[in-house]
Amino acid sequence: MALQLDARPPATPAPRNTRPSRAGRLSRIDAKYSPYLYIAPFFVIFAIFGAWPLAYTFWVSLHDWDLLGSDPTFIGAENYTRLLVDSDFWHSVVNTLGIFVLSTLPQLLAALWLANLLNRQLRMRTGWRMAVLVPNVTSTAAVAIVFGVLFGREFGMVNWLLDLVGVDGIEWKSNRFASWVAISTMVDWRWTGYNALIFLAAMQAIPRDLYEAAAIDGANRARQFWTITVPLLKPTIIFCVIISTIGGLQLFTEPRLFHSGTNAIRGGPMRESQTMTMYMFENAFAPYYNFGYGSAVAWLLFALIAIVAAINVLIIRRLGAGARPDTGKRKGGSR
Amino acid sequence: MGTFPRHRLAAVALAATGVLLVTSGCGGDDEAAGDGKITLTVDVFGQFGYEQLYQQYMDANPNIKIVERGTGGNLDEYSPKLTQWLAAGKGAGDVVAIEEGLMVEYKANPDNFVNLLDHGAADLKGNFLEWKWNQGLTADGQKLIGLGTDVGGMAMCYRTDLFEKAGLPTDREQVSALWPTWEAYIATGEKFKAANTGAAFLDAATNTFNTIVLQSAGNAQGYHYYDTSDNLVVDSNPAVKQAWDTTMNIINAGLSGKYGSWSEEWVSAFKQAKFATIACPAWMTGVIEGNAGPEAKGKWDIARVPGNGGNWGGSHLAVPRQSKHQDEAVKLAKFLTSAEGHIGAFKAKGPLPSSPQALDDPAITEATNAYFSDAPVGKIFGEGAKTLKPVYMGPKNQAVRTEVENAVRTVELGQRNPEQGWQDAINNAKKAAAK
Repeated sequence: MALQLDARPPATPAPRNTRPSRAGRLSRIDAKYSPYLYIAPFFVIFAIFGAWPLAYTFWVSLHDWDLLGSDPTFIGAENYTRLLVDSDFWHSVVNTLGIFVLSTLPQLLAALWLANLLNRQLRMRTGWRMAVLVPNVTSTAAVAIVFGVLFGREFGMVNWLLDLVGVDGIEWKSNRFASWVAISTMVDWRWTGYNALIFLAAMQAIPRDLYEAAAIDGANRARQFWTITVPLLKPTIIFCVIISTIGGLQLFTEPRLFHSGTNAIRGGPMRESQTMTMYMFENAFAPYYNFGYGSAVAWLLFALIAIVAAINVLIIRRLGAGARPDTGKRKGGSR
Repeated sequence: MGTFPRHRLAAVALAATGVLLVTSGCGGDDEAAGDGKITLTVDVFGQFGYEQLYQQYMDANPNIKIVERGTGGNLDEYSPKLTQWLAAGKGAGDVVAIEEGLMVEYKANPDNFVNLLDHGAADLKGNFLEWKWNQGLTADGQKLIGLGTDVGGMAMCYRTDLFEKAGLPTDREQVSALWPTWEAYIATGEKFKAANTGAAFLDAATNTFNTIVLQSAGNAQGYHYYDTSDNLVVDSNPAVKQAWDTTMNIINAGLSGKYGSWSEEWVSAFKQAKFATIACPAWMTGVIEGNAGPEAKGKWDIARVPGNGGNWGGSHLAVPRQSKHQDEAVKLAKFLTSAEGHIGAFKAKGPLPSSPQALDDPAITEATNAYFSDAPVGKIFGEGAKTLKPVYMGPKNQAVRTEVENAVRTVELGQRNPEQGWQDAINNAKKAAAK
C-alpha cells in the first residue's frame, strides 16, 4: 500500500492538450488528496475515541466535579496540587511501578529464552508455537479469578503446596510484596507467550550465515545468543518494552479481580496492590464519585507512562549501542 | 488492487469514513418492542426475591414485560454502575434499587430521579414505617425519590451442627439465652473455640462490627459516623468507640475466621462450614442460603442478636428520570413496594417488610423458613421491626464506613494493633469525608 501511494500519478507527465481537461484536473486532485483520505479513518477514529476523551478528561480534571452533580465548579489546578501531596496516590504509584518491574523484567527475559528455544529444530514446532499463545487468548477476567483463588489464604492451592513442603501459608492478599508477586505471576502467565512469538518472528529474520560464521569462529550457543541474536533484536525489544510499559502501568483487571468482596477496588485492606488505575477508579467512581479528582489521576498516569517509556527507550538504546558496533548504519535503516 | 481505478478507491475511502462517522456518532435508540409490549428493566443487587411478583404483575398487565438485572450481585459493584448510568443519562433500568447507605448521596441530586410525589405517591405514606418513608424524601420534603422495600432487622444466624460438635445447645431459645450481651457472645465464642471444631466462631469482624455499631448508635443518639447536622463525629461518638472496643475484644479472643466479607473465600467458608455464627440482618438469610447451598439446608438456625435490636441495610426503589416509561415504571415500583409486594419478597428471599400492614399480616407473623430449620423468621425479625431505631446516614457515609471497616480488617489480619487501627480509622475517615 505504501509503495502505491508514493508512486507518481501516471496521468500527468505528458498533457497532449494545451487546455487541461476536466478528467486531468480531477485526477490531479485525486492523486494529491486521496492518500490522506485513505489514512483518514484511523485519525477520525482516533480523534473520536482517543484525542477527544483525552482533552475532555483534562477539562474535567480542572473542576470539582461530582459524578452525579449537575453544576461542576472550575477550580483550576487544585485537583493536581491535592493529588501531588496525596499519600494514597503515591502509594499506588509505587505499587504500579513495583508490579511493573516485577512482571515485565522476568516476562521479557523468559520470552526471549522461550523464543530462542522455539527457534531451534523441534518436533511439532508449530504446535509448540501455538501453545505458548494459549494463555493470551484466555479471558483476563477468568485468569484473574482463577489466580485469585489459587492464591487464597486458606483455600488456595499455592498455600496448600507451600504447606506440603513445610512452609507457612502466605497472606497473598494482604502482604504488599506477596500480592505484587502474585499479580506479576498472572501478568507473566498471560503475556510471556505473546512476547515470545514476537521475538521469534524477529529472530527468524536474522540471516543464518551470521550464526554459521560465528560458529566457525568458535562461538558457542550462549555467545551467539548474546552477541548476535539480542543486538539484532533491539528494535523488537524496544517495541515489546514499550507495549509492556503501557500495559503494565495501566494494570487494572488483574489486581482488581485478584481481590474480591467488599472494597476490592482498594487492592487489599491497606492498599497493598492498588494500582494507579484502581486509585483512579476509586476516586472517579465508588465510593467517592469525585470525577474531577479521578481525571487528574488519569492525566498523571498518562504523564508517568510517557516518562517511563522514554526512560525505557533510553536504556535500551544505551544497551544496544554498547553491544552493536555499527550504530551509524542504523540511521538510514528501515525505521 | 492495482487495476482498481484510483478515484473509485478514493470514493470508497470517503464512504467508509462517512459510515464510521455516522455509526460512531449516534448509538441509536434501541427500543426493541416488536410485539408492542413495554419492556421495564429492574436493577437490583443481592436477593430481592421479586421473580414471582414479576410474573404476577405481567399476568395482570399483559402489555408489560419485566426484565431484571443484577440478582446475586454485590452492592459494591452495583452502586458505581448505577451512578455511571445516572451520570451518563443512559443505561439505568426503569426501576432501580437504592441501598439506604447510598440514599443520602442520590438524594443530594434528586433531579436524576422521578419525583414520586408527582405520581400520587403521597397517599402511600401510611404504607411504610415513618422513618423508612422519610429516608426516601429529600431534606426539604418536596421530592420523594424512593419507596421503601425492606428493613434490616437483626438476628444471629448459627450452624446447629457446629454448635452440637462444640457441646453447645442447639435449640434457638437456649442459644438466644447464651448471649444477652456482646460480652456473653464473646464468652460463648471462647467456649466454642476451646472445643476445637476446626471452624471459627464468626465469619469476619467487619460484619460483626457493623452490626454492633448500628445497634449501639440506634440505641443511643441515632447516628454513628455523622451527626444529624452532617458533622463527621467518628472520633467523638461514644457509640462508635464502644462498638470498636467490643469488636477488638472479639478479635483478641481469636474468634474471627477472617474471611473478608463478600469475598470468594467468604463464600467458600460458607460452603465448607468454616464458621459457626454470622450477624444476620433479615436480608442476610437469603445470602446465607445462596452461599451455603442446598446441602446445608436444616443445618442453620436463627437466634436473637446479642445486645438489643438494631437495623442494618434495607433499600428503596426509585425511577430514574432517564426512563422512557416513567408512568409504567412508577406503577411497577408501587406494586413491588405494596404490602403484597413486601410479603411476596419476604416469602421468596427473606427481606423484612418496611410496611406495617405487611408486618402485621399473618403471612409474615406466622412465616417460618425451612432452610433455617423452620425458624419462625416472621416472629424473630418482625417483632422488633416496628420499633426499630434507624441510624442517620451522613453525606459520605459509604466512604467513611469503608475506611472504618478497613481499619477493623487490618487489625483482624494482624497488620495493625487496635490503637493503630483506631488512629487509622479516624484519620482515613476524615480524609474520605473531605474528598
